[in-house]
Amino acid sequence: MNFDFTETQTMVRDTLQRFLADRYDFESRQKISRSDAGWSQDIWKAFAEELGILGASFSEELGGLGGGQIENMIVMEEVGRSLVVEPYLSTVVIGGGFAREYGKADLIEEIIGGETRIAFAWAEPQGRFDLNYLETSAREKDGGFVLSGHKAVVRDAPSATHLVVTARTSGDVADEDGVSLFLLPKDTKGVSTRDYPLVDGGVASEVYFENAEVPASALLGEAGKAAGAVRKVVDEAVVGLCAEAVGCMEQMNKLTQDYTKERKQFGVPISKFQVLQHRMVDMFMEAEQARSMTYMAVNRLPDSASAAQAKVKIGKGLTYVGQNAVQLHGGIGITDEYAVGHYFKRATMIEGQFGTTDHYLRRYERLALED
Amino acid sequence: MDLKFTPEEEAFRTEIRTFIEENYPERLKNAGGREDLGRDDMLAWHQILGEKGWSVPSWPEEYGGTGWTPTQKYIWNEENARANTVPPLPFGVSMVGPVIYTFGTPEQKERFLPGIVAGTTWWCQGYSEPGAGSDLASLKTRAERITDDDGKEYYIVNGQKTWTTLAQHADWGFFLVRTDPDARKPQEGISFLLIDMKTPGITVRPIITLGGEHEVNEVFLDNVKVPVDQRVGKENEGWTCAKFLLAHERSGIAGVARSKVGIERIKDIASTELDEGKPLIENPFFKRKVAELEVDLTALEFTELRTLAGEAAGKGPGPESSVLKIKGTEIQQRIQELVLEAVGHYGAPYFRGYGEGDNEFSIGPDYAQRAAPTYFNGRKTSIYGGSNEIQRGIIAKMVLGL
Repeated sequence: MNFDFTETQTMVRDTLQRFLADRYDFESRQKISRSDAGWSQDIWKAFAEELGILGASFSEELGGLGGGQIENMIVMEEVGRSLVVEPYLSTVVIGGGFAREYGKADLIEEIIGGETRIAFAWAEPQGRFDLNYLETSAREKDGGFVLSGHKAVVRDAPSATHLVVTARTSGDVADEDGVSLFLLPKDTKGVSTRDYPLVDGGVASEVYFENAEVPASALLGEAGKAAGAVRKVVDEAVVGLCAEAVGCMEQMNKLTQDYTKERKQFGVPISKFQVLQHRMVDMFMEAEQARSMTYMAVNRLPDSASAAQAKVKIGKGLTYVGQNAVQLHGGIGITDEYAVGHYFKRATMIEGQFGTTDHYLRRYERLALED
Repeated sequence: MDLKFTPEEEAFRTEIRTFIEENYPERLKNAGGREDLGRDDMLAWHQILGEKGWSVPSWPEEYGGTGWTPTQKYIWNEENARANTVPPLPFGVSMVGPVIYTFGTPEQKERFLPGIVAGTTWWCQGYSEPGAGSDLASLKTRAERITDDDGKEYYIVNGQKTWTTLAQHADWGFFLVRTDPDARKPQEGISFLLIDMKTPGITVRPIITLGGEHEVNEVFLDNVKVPVDQRVGKENEGWTCAKFLLAHERSGIAGVARSKVGIERIKDIASTELDEGKPLIENPFFKRKVAELEVDLTALEFTELRTLAGEAAGKGPGPESSVLKIKGTEIQQRIQELVLEAVGHYGAPYFRGYGEGDNEFSIGPDYAQRAAPTYFNGRKTSIYGGSNEIQRGIIAKMVLGL
């Protein structure tokens, strides 16, 4: 057993870290996040062309660097550390995950090149975190399909060229059977979006399908049989989020330690107060355990119970570290001007993405403790 | 001991409820707790109460207080929370007002108290400084005493205050300033000044907080000339006023009645939101969190009632009020956290601005729109008024004698 990264993996991490230090400091990130588009085409292009990291997690036959989920983890950790808003999770981890699952070599090539960006439209207003809860329907017509429904808070849809959509081709609203998956250009007729910013600096859309007609080739895999693949890719995304959380927590801890060493009250740096020292030790331990859980879960993919465990432990850690990072900064922790609050906001959203801590604790109970 | 309400108290409750129903402005319905209201809306209910004689229930009757028993005040707070009214601003009513009627001269009382009672003067608090937060006594803003050409004495104030809540609307501010830089201890040599915010040399600059609000400010004082008769208490003994005020601030901070309303709101939301096809409130994990909140809130409520009863028996608000601050803010924050959890996906969209934009933003249910900003902004409550770490220090030292 070893926890070491390969040479290529180390290189991916180092080049990305250098790039982000150089081109994606907090100020630049805020500028990008607050621009009209809410993301940067230039940065994405640099990811594809200068760094080549969009291919890090794909096999060499498909034009990638020969990596897999560990490469995704490495990239996502840096995404978290620098609060990157560009759609790596949506496009590469999730979109690329489905492409890999269904052997879509062309799509992978377009993802690696940076020209295709994907948003995953799964959530629905009434469905909460249930992946199979689908009021969105796809009915067969003239050899193709007609999609109708409303997808909620589709992250990265504003920057996406394509959507991966879950829709029901048969069965009752929450049945596992009958879940189908479609890949379609966002500008398909009958698809409309309402774009808006998110509290964590990202962007999303409400996506409406009004009798949107897609050809049979838009269907991924077999009709009605996509629930397993969806779960698998979402678990990969969950592990990606865990890695993002590690970067996010470690940066909050660093900012907090640096700040408390500088900030003087009662004549001494506040880092000298034992109460605050112990708090920072607890925060540090949360981040360490988060890293351990992420490594565990990435190695055990596609084990869903392991992904659930990681999400639970990390969800709690995010809340603890986020709240206390703000608390230890005092007033400036809640200002818009200072970085730590923006990490806290992202941390809060990661905790709820694809399901809250409670959701995954219950999922773990069902997978591991119930029959 | 009898913890039930008497028939008289129930009748009092009815009177209050009816008054609120008949007099509370329709346009401000359910606006309590919103930080975005304009000046007039913030003051409207206060002014109505001022006319009725109910704006400062806790004050001595000679200055406008109602003479209500602690139980009546408790009912008063509960009914206002129930109706989610916009509460009178604390800066006048709970902070500077009590300082003025306790330490002020007869002229100061006559000059400043009526505006607070009527809700026509907006006050702000000039305490914290960039280098003096929890360690308030280390403040550096200087006030030098001079005699001007008119033969009158003034303080010339220079320095910077921060986290000054709603200073953008303020007519007057109460400031802690250093009048003796050579004092032996940092607490000595501080004075308590009342400053007209229109005085030349004052600049108010906004600080935007995490939820996107402009609620707090930096206040810069550049050679601000303040007549000496605007000092409350003796020169260099302002710390007495400051400590007195902090204790007052803490006793109102538990927010029990508002938290009760907050929990009801969680139940409403969780009855609407579905989880696996059933109302979220039926999810055993979620239900348990609500139950735990209710248990903790009950403990806080009866701790506050005991503190109030102690005050009525002549024990001023003491260091015990730190318990109310810590537990009260923790519960408020847990409520905000649970609201955000309850609303699910629709907590994520960022809702820019209020008021005019209100109707244009229809992403997700209404109750979800402010969930995340309120949670983010609510982190301030365990920081301001003396952080919860400082409060624990106070309890350790003053209550436990450690």
